[in-house]
Amino acid sequence: MTVAAPAERGRVSRLTRLLESETVLATALLVPGVLILVVFIAYPFVMAIWYSLTSIRVGVVGEFVGLANFTKAWGDSIFQTAFKNTVFYTFWATIFKLALGMWLALLLNRSFRFKRIVRASMLLPFIIPTVLSAFAWRWMFDPTFSVINWVLFHSGVITDRLPFLSDGDWAMWCAVLVNTWRGMPFFAITLLAGLQTISPDLHEAAALDGANAWHRFWHVTWPLLLPVTLVVVVFSVIQTFSDFQLIYVLTGGGPANSTHLIATYAYQIGVASGLLGEGAALSLFMFPVLFAVVWVQLRYMKRMEGH
Amino acid sequence: MKRRKFLKATGAGFAATGLAGILAAHRAPVFAQANTIHILRWNDFVPAADKVLREVYVPEVQKALGIKLNVETVNANDIPARATAGIQSGSGPDIIMLLNNLPHLYAASAVDVSDIADEVGKAQGGIYDASQQLNKVGGMWAAMPWSVVPGMIAYRKSWFEEIGLKEFPKTWAAYHEAGKKLKAMKRPIGQTLGNTFGDAPTFTYPLLWSFGGQEVDAKGKVALDSKETLESVRFMTQFWKDAHDEGGLAWDDSNNNRAFLSGDICASLNGASIYVAALNAPDKFKTEKGAPMHTDILHAALPAGPKGLHAYHTAFNHMVMKYSKNTKGAKEFLRWAHTKANYEKWFTVQKGFAVGISREWEKHAMWNNDPVMLPFKTAPNNQKRAMGFGGAPDKKAAEAWNKYIVTVMYAQAAGGKMTPEQTVKWAAGELGKIYT
Repeated sequence: MTVAAPAERGRVSRLTRLLESETVLATALLVPGVLILVVFIAYPFVMAIWYSLTSIRVGVVGEFVGLANFTKAWGDSIFQTAFKNTVFYTFWATIFKLALGMWLALLLNRSFRFKRIVRASMLLPFIIPTVLSAFAWRWMFDPTFSVINWVLFHSGVITDRLPFLSDGDWAMWCAVLVNTWRGMPFFAITLLAGLQTISPDLHEAAALDGANAWHRFWHVTWPLLLPVTLVVVVFSVIQTFSDFQLIYVLTGGGPANSTHLIATYAYQIGVASGLLGEGAALSLFMFPVLFAVVWVQLRYMKRMEGH
Repeated sequence: MKRRKFLKATGAGFAATGLAGILAAHRAPVFAQANTIHILRWNDFVPAADKVLREVYVPEVQKALGIKLNVETVNANDIPARATAGIQSGSGPDIIMLLNNLPHLYAASAVDVSDIADEVGKAQGGIYDASQQLNKVGGMWAAMPWSVVPGMIAYRKSWFEEIGLKEFPKTWAAYHEAGKKLKAMKRPIGQTLGNTFGDAPTFTYPLLWSFGGQEVDAKGKVALDSKETLESVRFMTQFWKDAHDEGGLAWDDSNNNRAFLSGDICASLNGASIYVAALNAPDKFKTEKGAPMHTDILHAALPAGPKGLHAYHTAFNHMVMKYSKNTKGAKEFLRWAHTKANYEKWFTVQKGFAVGISREWEKHAMWNNDPVMLPFKTAPNNQKRAMGFGGAPDKKAAEAWNKYIVTVMYAQAAGGKMTPEQTVKWAAGELGKIYT
């Protein structure tokens, strides 16, 4: 055992005294978090805004061009398609994830054998890396070797192959399907957690008053689950609206640019074509939409706190 | 020795030679300055070629130049992202393999390799015209061309014979007729019109040119909206319905290989990778009659249109990055790799999939090995145009290429999303936003 030297002891006690001050301790604890926010979120965000206002290309600094990149993007028909696609994709995927996730959560909230295994396995689509699962789906939708087409063809349901990824509309719905498959477990497990906080007494009381299953859901479960639902929907909208991996792997934005999302098109312009300023401007079009979503969420949560 | 004493001793030693020394000298320590070169390339469709880089070049270049060569390979579609990250952060691979006219896009970040290009050109009878167009920016060689992967149509000899054709159709109209008959026999042509880097644009650009269409005129003014372009789109739309596997709208560069090797399509524009794969696995890839598939494959150039025969072959080039801390070593390595004796080791394992950058390599004895590969031998010499024609294949042409504007123009009409007139107007409009 060693004994600390007097000088070291002095340092330790000074540090202890310093940390006993709430202001110093709070600052010390906050600094790492603030630094992370500044370095990894604020700095890239500010840089993206700056880039979007310049004509920067890869390796060329460029000059200030005001809103020229934004006006060019607004007049770009591929961007217009990408914007519409992003809204379509987010809207339908969120609706399906919410409906199916709720249904799954209600089922899993019941008691049955192997409940824990089923709950755990349900999370698989969420756990598997998106790139990997998107590749698997791409194989299933492959224009030539699709297993779905093979089964339907050999069972006599179809005579021609279904154009899963070779028709723009089909490809968009395929992307919605894969996103729903991947995101539904997140909804289900979060809503399940919410369901488990609802006291069974409330349901019993409602049942005694003569409420049927639908009434119990609509008048008891749904209002109590609403705060959780709203949070999970907001998270999902943010993630889906800024989705990149799934489309990049599944369709690459094709056929004929008909499945580009804002993120994939911004990547194509900013990274593949080296037009960093224009790419930044394209991706910043996501900001007002996502900002509005977060604002609504914060407003709602504040109101809930008020109650 | 006690722990504290040990730390003190080693710490002092480090301080003497380490951080303080580095800061005082304004240079990295000797051990970090080792003559190391990091080269980033694609995952070659001929894996044996990557093996040559790793197992032959690495020890030999170490012995010859004292350079430690690190070879990294990634998917070709991911290279621009790596180049962008490297350039913007100022650190990354010393040499990056760039496809086609990407050297124009990254020219500001390139080290001038004109001396190497001049030496190699002089020693090997001149570099192909198209390679010069794609790599020379403002008179400077921004990248050193390494190889060309010619795009030729791989087709099933016996199936074309069954419809009475002893040789491959020479014109688009004849190819259309043949394809119509073959599709009726459930043997369609397989061609991607998807958003993919190789087989789609190397088909659509020559198609456009062979009908007389072009992106811009000699003054750089958009000239796409012409009756020649419209005629080519009308032709392709009908050709697509009559003769093609319509799933091709969603294909990438690998779908046609799989479809061909599984006997689903009769022909496809491709590098020689279909044939090479069939050659390497004769027991795996067979015809419906049980013969090895490679015995039923031949290659032909794209057919001619009303305005002649055109081709675009994918170019592979090496750029020495300006941010590199070892540009001298990087250039030494390139110079070493381009000597005939060293290049040959890589060239021969390609078996003609990738060919050299000068006519010198057309004379190589390897071409006597396999007559099926002969059409690839002189292919790059027949390429006279590049993207952005009738202007230069500059960064504007690169942007149009990366946005797949010409390919999408055909895909929109083929898929029924737009009429030929609408899609030509759309594409000309998109080009107009680039060529301002």
